[in-house]
Amino acid sequence: MSTVVDFRDAVVVFNGFPALAEASIEVQQGEIVLLQGPNGAGKTTLLRACAGLLPIVRGEASVLGVDLCVDRQSVRPRVGLLGHANGLFADLTIGENVLFWAQMVGASNVEVAATLQRFGIDGRLSQQKVMQLSAGQKRRCALACLVVRRAELWLLDEPHAGLDASARDEIDAIIREACAAGATVLIASHELERARGLATRSVSVVAGRVVS
Amino acid sequence: MSTQLSLGRVARAVAAKDLRIEMRSRVVINQVFPFAGLVMVMFAFALDNDDVLTRVAGGLVWLATLFSLIIIIQRSFAVDTADGALEAQRVAGLDPAGIFIGKALAVMMQLVTLEVVLFLAAIVLYRVQLQSDGVVLLVTCVISATAGLSFVGTLYGGLTAGARGRETLLPLLMLPVVAPVLIGATRATESAFMSGGAAVSDGWPWVGVLVVFAAVFGLGGILSFGSLIEE
Repeated sequence: MSTVVDFRDAVVVFNGFPALAEASIEVQQGEIVLLQGPNGAGKTTLLRACAGLLPIVRGEASVLGVDLCVDRQSVRPRVGLLGHANGLFADLTIGENVLFWAQMVGASNVEVAATLQRFGIDGRLSQQKVMQLSAGQKRRCALACLVVRRAELWLLDEPHAGLDASARDEIDAIIREACAAGATVLIASHELERARGLATRSVSVVAGRVVS
Repeated sequence: MSTQLSLGRVARAVAAKDLRIEMRSRVVINQVFPFAGLVMVMFAFALDNDDVLTRVAGGLVWLATLFSLIIIIQRSFAVDTADGALEAQRVAGLDPAGIFIGKALAVMMQLVTLEVVLFLAAIVLYRVQLQSDGVVLLVTCVISATAGLSFVGTLYGGLTAGARGRETLLPLLMLPVVAPVLIGATRATESAFMSGGAAVSDGWPWVGVLVVFAAVFGLGGILSFGSLIEE
């Protein structure tokens, strides 16, 4: 089992404020790690730093073996970040959205069809425009995009937000399935009871520091 | 491990996606085309003189194109930013140059279609004569000017995509920059129409200016688009 995320005393400054202050965290492949903590503690910053979106000002940080202090670009194709937005094209259908990302990694139509079926968004539903979907269906579509993109590290910011109970169960099942297939997941969530049931480990983020 | 595609394939996928979105939403066809047509008709009412209209037809076509470009660019980036899709493309590590070229190509195709309609409208409304000598000049002018406008539009669209007040910021930043295209394309078009005693040969130096402009902003966009859409 390899180390996927390895942050040591990492500092990230956001809008002049140290949003991550000497944060250290190590995540192994196949883990589902819950990041818990109050608003503004640095959970989202940690996820975005893992995605290579924010520069590491001090300390050490590597994701999937890539040193983020040296190169933040090359890790991105291997990471999937799902924040409050779903990152979907509202005027396109589910199928077209998934196909767009499939094209980016050279995934076949068979792979796309299998993913749509696995996520329960195949058939007539795959022909529906994203703007016509429920919040749960949009989330499933966004996660299907991560799967066809072959993301190895899933960074999920409040993945259950705005979903009903059955949609949340579906999302949890998808996340467990992804981990079983070899993906690693970091989840930032305020819905602690549900997220703890899903996670293999939880850590707290307090004032930009990670507390085990 | 993820395999990322070449710049060319990213550009093709992005262009195809943008054009498919337009085909679905029909915003350009249902809103921008009528808007541009209306601008042409309003100019005709305002000037109300056949001789003047014939003489300034080229400029009016390009002005209508510029106004429409603002709407097309805003729409092009609105569909990407509405649900965080532009950020998703950035996070996924798609080659920013590929995104730039793809978006510019899609804008270019929409603009060329619009310009064909506008030139036909100019011939009908303003009674412009187009001789066979001028056709090659006009086609070259349209292609080079459209490329320049699309590159500048996409570049500034990316710059303002995440900005507050982007609706007003985009024309404020973009219109002064595209002034050389307006001037060059208007002069070349006047030469193609041979309006005001201009000869077709007078237009070619202006086409040269348009080509240089397009090349500079095309290259500039390829090199800088990644930085523009970064946080």
